[in-house]
Amino acid sequence: MNMLRIFTTGIIKENPTLKLVLGMCPALAVTTTAKNGVGMGIAATFVLLGSNVVISLLRKFIPGKVRIPAFITIIAGFVTVVQLLLKAYLPSLDRELGIFIPLIVVNCIILARAEIFASNNPVHYSVMDGLGMGLGFTFALFTIGSVREFFGNGTWFGITLTKNLFSPAIIMILPPGGFLAFGFIMAIMNKLTNYGIRNKTCATCDLECANAGKKEAAS
Amino acid sequence: MREIIVIIMGAILVENFVLSKFLGICPFLGISKKLGNAVGMSGAVVFVMTAASAVTWLINDLLLLKYNLDYLQTVAFILVIASLVQFVEIILKKFVPPLYKALGIYLPLITTNCAVLGAVLLNMEREYTFGRAVLFGFGGGLGFTLALILFAGIREKLENCNVPHAFRGLPISLIAAALVSVAFFGFQGLF
Repeated sequence: MNMLRIFTTGIIKENPTLKLVLGMCPALAVTTTAKNGVGMGIAATFVLLGSNVVISLLRKFIPGKVRIPAFITIIAGFVTVVQLLLKAYLPSLDRELGIFIPLIVVNCIILARAEIFASNNPVHYSVMDGLGMGLGFTFALFTIGSVREFFGNGTWFGITLTKNLFSPAIIMILPPGGFLAFGFIMAIMNKLTNYGIRNKTCATCDLECANAGKKEAAS
Repeated sequence: MREIIVIIMGAILVENFVLSKFLGICPFLGISKKLGNAVGMSGAVVFVMTAASAVTWLINDLLLLKYNLDYLQTVAFILVIASLVQFVEIILKKFVPPLYKALGIYLPLITTNCAVLGAVLLNMEREYTFGRAVLFGFGGGLGFTLALILFAGIREKLENCNVPHAFRGLPISLIAAALVSVAFFGFQGLF
């Protein structure tokens, strides 16, 4: 039960991209198509799973003072593995994702999970956390990628959907479209999650938000 | 001289790191709430990015390529950047205390700023010469500065706007960023 809860937390309640707003760079840069989004998500999930397992196993041996450099080295090792695997087996995806594969090293989700979760929890929990967070990230990238591909190119996973409906707005697959799509998806998420629990929105989230101090000023 | 200007202006306007390459979005959205913080952060980024471009180019050329270790690039570069940030912090603390006071708290954040590692990786991918790499790092840092400062100004204005409830906070900032990005799109094909 507990394991299952850890797994689902990452996908919905604490979705790293849509809720915690971590790992924004790949979420905006590679999501021009749904396929690239999923590819990036799976690569990051692999690194997250590997680094969570290794860091969790070594958590009693890594001295507190040098833990961040140690974590980064472990993560960089797994990123190199992914880089070489992609180059060998999926060269076309590797070309599409470009420098964002090595940039998984500085993806804040992975370092954040290492620091918050894997360095304090036993291996089996860390595996579930890595899988859940990774799938949550993949899901977010898939959503953004689908929206951008549909509106920007009229296709979904390369299948043409809007032949006679409307002519695609190319801006959605250009850089401005990334910001635009993500902004609207986050607003929709806000709208959906606030629905019904409007009164306690600020008590449940510990992030800084623009609402803070607004109510006093208005009253 | 002309070539120098083309590289720097290209990195600032045409290939702006934040707005057209999506590198360094986290500090772009995180630190751009106050103009003062934005200036401090971007100062530190320009400094580290220029230095990192120079050091990693030398390490890549003199060590990794020479001994066929180029599969270690990712590991080597991130360690170089992390130690460079530490080194810069110590030097500034010892010799230029006023600058350290201004940039101090932003320096540790730079290690995980993907703009720095991104610039370094792009230098390698495009096989720039030493001079070009350093200029590209410097120009990229300036581009980051321009985006951050522009956006900090917009966000200070946004604070006072009456925005629909669901859009408050990050969503409206992202849409504002989209509009700034459209503006920068006009520079495409400048050179």
